[in-house]
Amino acid sequence: MKRFAQLFTQLDQTTKINTKVNALAHYFQDADDKDRLWTVAILSHRRPKRTVTTTLLRHWAAEYGNIPLWLFEESYHVVGDLAETIALSLPPKESDQDQSLSYWIDFIKSLGALEEEEKQEKVLWAWRQLDDAERFIFNKLITGGFRIGVSQKLMVRALAKYTGMEENILAHRLMGDWTPDTTTFQDLIITADPSDDLSKPYPFYLAYALEGEAQDLGMPEAWQAERKWDGIRGQLIVRNGELFVWSRGEELVTDKFPEYKVLAERLPNGTVIDGEILPFKDGQPLTFNLLQTRIGRKNVTKAVMSKAPVVLMAYDLLEWAGEDIRQKPMAERRKLLEYAVADCHHEVLMLSPIVSFSNWEALAQERAKSRELHSEGIMLKRKDSDYKAGRKKGDWWKWKIDPLTIDAVMIYAQRGHGRRANLYTDFTFAVWDGELLVPFTKAYSGLTDKEFGAITAWVKKNTVERFGPVRSVTPHHVFEIAFEGINLSKRHKSGVALRFPRISRWRKDKPKEEANTLDDLKSLL
Amino acid sequence: MALLEFRKEGIYCPAADIYIDPWRRVKRALITHGHADHSRWGHQYYLSTTSAMPVIKYRLGDIRIETVAYGEKKYINGVQFSFHPAGHILGSAQIRVEHKGEVWVVSGDYKIEEDGFAEAYEAVKCHSFITECTFGLPIYKWKPQQEVFQAINQWWQQNKSEGKVSVLSGYSLGKAQRIIQNLDTSIGKIYTHGAVENVNEVIRQQGVRLQETTRVTAAIHKKDFIGHIVICPPSAMGSPWIKKFKPVSLGVASGWMMLRGARRRRAADRGFVLSDHVDWPGLNQAIKATEAERIFVTHGYTDIFKRWLIEEGYEAEVVETEYEGELSEITDSKEEKAEE
Ligand SMILES: [Zn+2]
Repeated sequence: MKRFAQLFTQLDQTTKINTKVNALAHYFQDADDKDRLWTVAILSHRRPKRTVTTTLLRHWAAEYGNIPLWLFEESYHVVGDLAETIALSLPPKESDQDQSLSYWIDFIKSLGALEEEEKQEKVLWAWRQLDDAERFIFNKLITGGFRIGVSQKLMVRALAKYTGMEENILAHRLMGDWTPDTTTFQDLIITADPSDDLSKPYPFYLAYALEGEAQDLGMPEAWQAERKWDGIRGQLIVRNGELFVWSRGEELVTDKFPEYKVLAERLPNGTVIDGEILPFKDGQPLTFNLLQTRIGRKNVTKAVMSKAPVVLMAYDLLEWAGEDIRQKPMAERRKLLEYAVADCHHEVLMLSPIVSFSNWEALAQERAKSRELHSEGIMLKRKDSDYKAGRKKGDWWKWKIDPLTIDAVMIYAQRGHGRRANLYTDFTFAVWDGELLVPFTKAYSGLTDKEFGAITAWVKKNTVERFGPVRSVTPHHVFEIAFEGINLSKRHKSGVALRFPRISRWRKDKPKEEANTLDDLKSLL
Repeated sequence: MALLEFRKEGIYCPAADIYIDPWRRVKRALITHGHADHSRWGHQYYLSTTSAMPVIKYRLGDIRIETVAYGEKKYINGVQFSFHPAGHILGSAQIRVEHKGEVWVVSGDYKIEEDGFAEAYEAVKCHSFITECTFGLPIYKWKPQQEVFQAINQWWQQNKSEGKVSVLSGYSLGKAQRIIQNLDTSIGKIYTHGAVENVNEVIRQQGVRLQETTRVTAAIHKKDFIGHIVICPPSAMGSPWIKKFKPVSLGVASGWMMLRGARRRRAADRGFVLSDHVDWPGLNQAIKATEAERIFVTHGYTDIFKRWLIEEGYEAEVVETEYEGELSEITDSKEEKAEE
């Protein structure tokens, strides 16, 4: 695993894309087929099943590191990463080895069948002979959730460099429901034929946020506008009488949405639709939160389905009559999509309506209606654009509405993680309810290091009480909090829950008395 | 009456009517070392070690300052004070206070490992020990500095072979000189940012030998930096000043580089774990060596470290101070900016 650890260090030590691609391409050259495939799997978030709970790992690490568990937990809070905390807490290694990446993955998989004591013995045996960098990787593999700071796109570029194959072909081959246990590097990458795998989706084309003014995009006639719906982007595939639904995170979510089952018979074979999985009832979209509760469940019951029924809001057609039509212009694909939806004729498959506009001013007015229509803004797609793979600039733009904002008083502060572990970066904010300050949200990002430094010094001097890592502070500073949406919530004291709250600026000009009230906040519901 | 008290101005000795490293203006101040958070402007009288004085004077200008040698006993109102090497930077001291048989030690900032530049740390026995704990968590364990400098020199060599300039940041007082002293000059020349070179000049004038360095000036051609190394303060890293070095590899030398998140969030190519503060094992070793029963922790992970000490059988308390430890290595220090 030393070579993989070396790769990881190289990737971690640079912010430059080209250096990363080269390091990865070199690694692919050096590694054997098995390690190569596992590396591709890890970088596309396919990891071995978790065979040891993190609770056990924490206990063993504290014990072997000779520190009390609470101190390990405090360290974890500062580091912010369990695998790293464990690696940093252990004593130096006792012996040496150089087994392959696949060896250690098989080792981790083999733990599943063991009793707790045997697991501990084996994990300690591994820790004793791995060096710092290898321990970190071993811990990452065993705890799952290995993120390396390499996007799928970057990995595909490196693979293309190594294999000499085209990037979009590789991206397509890497999608789908494979694991290193069900295929080989040769079968999956080199000799694979896309039609081998009926479930295989296409890479999603993702839009960037519009940077300048809409009018800078040129002639309105060249563009198609749609609403940006607030659900889960998904791809619906019907091939050979079977239905597959993929979420944008490349997860197969067919079972989570039984509503779509009927489409397997109603859509012709060889159809792939790109759309939004959208909770929808009585002619209008429901809040995204409802969808989230649904995804979290193991079993989708009748009750859940009637509370948050979904439709597929169709945006685009990628495959039709078994043919990949992504290279056809948007306008042509749209015509085919309209036909496909009409022909299917089922309420669960809806067509994302086109917002017609003759000038940019008119579209801006349409955009202003977004909130009442429960949409996030406007999507702009060039009528002659093909369907690209990944996040690309130029042909597709999302023109989101501006966030909602509220001025709130900071009442609690908590230390940050990692580099910011000595700074107070996590704050709880409150609004006025009569004479009382009612907490309604937490927010952490949005200030500069300098501002965090200043607020940290202030927090230290104005602490009222301490609760572990949290301090309550004298209500004094007002911050503007931006957020994307607001919903009623029984779980929160304030009765509301925000979506994506963040600090947008420090209102040094405002005394605390002038912060907003709970009524102001609820008026945004 | 305790021998030392904690007041809003700083650590105070009532029997001698004198402060140690105060952060507000006072009449008389004992100074552990020249870093800005310990040696502040505006006191009417300063006392420091002989080797710390030149830098303090250079930074604070026209002040009334007296000096003592390490170990020399100084009596103020009948209270005995002495300064002992803290191993943190050149001239840094722990201050020992003795009165009527009771002994307290104020650690200032300190480091156990001998770095070949700062006077080597010396354990001082006491009843009460006031210690920093900047890195008071078990995850902070430094590698021997020899290993770190080997990595730094290798990185420099690699950059040179790729036709790049190496730029390495470290606090201009202390860290910078420690780095300079340990660079392998068979690889190339050492250039310095003005803030670093100003300190170098002060230190050389007091008779301390330092490897040869060249101040970066506008007169030097861009091409002339290729293959060489430039030492600068952290605040220079994000400034336009850095743009004159191209192609470049940026390095950061700081204890905070221990954590992956910190390394990644710096817009640097390499992070080297190098600190002038004690690590976790060092901290525990130092406290044990003082044989003190009462420990006051001043800055760093104070709450956590206090709890640990109590479980280890010490009497421990947290003292709120305005010392920053190595914080200025990661946030911009105003003072360093002014020196640019
Ligand atoms: Zn210092």
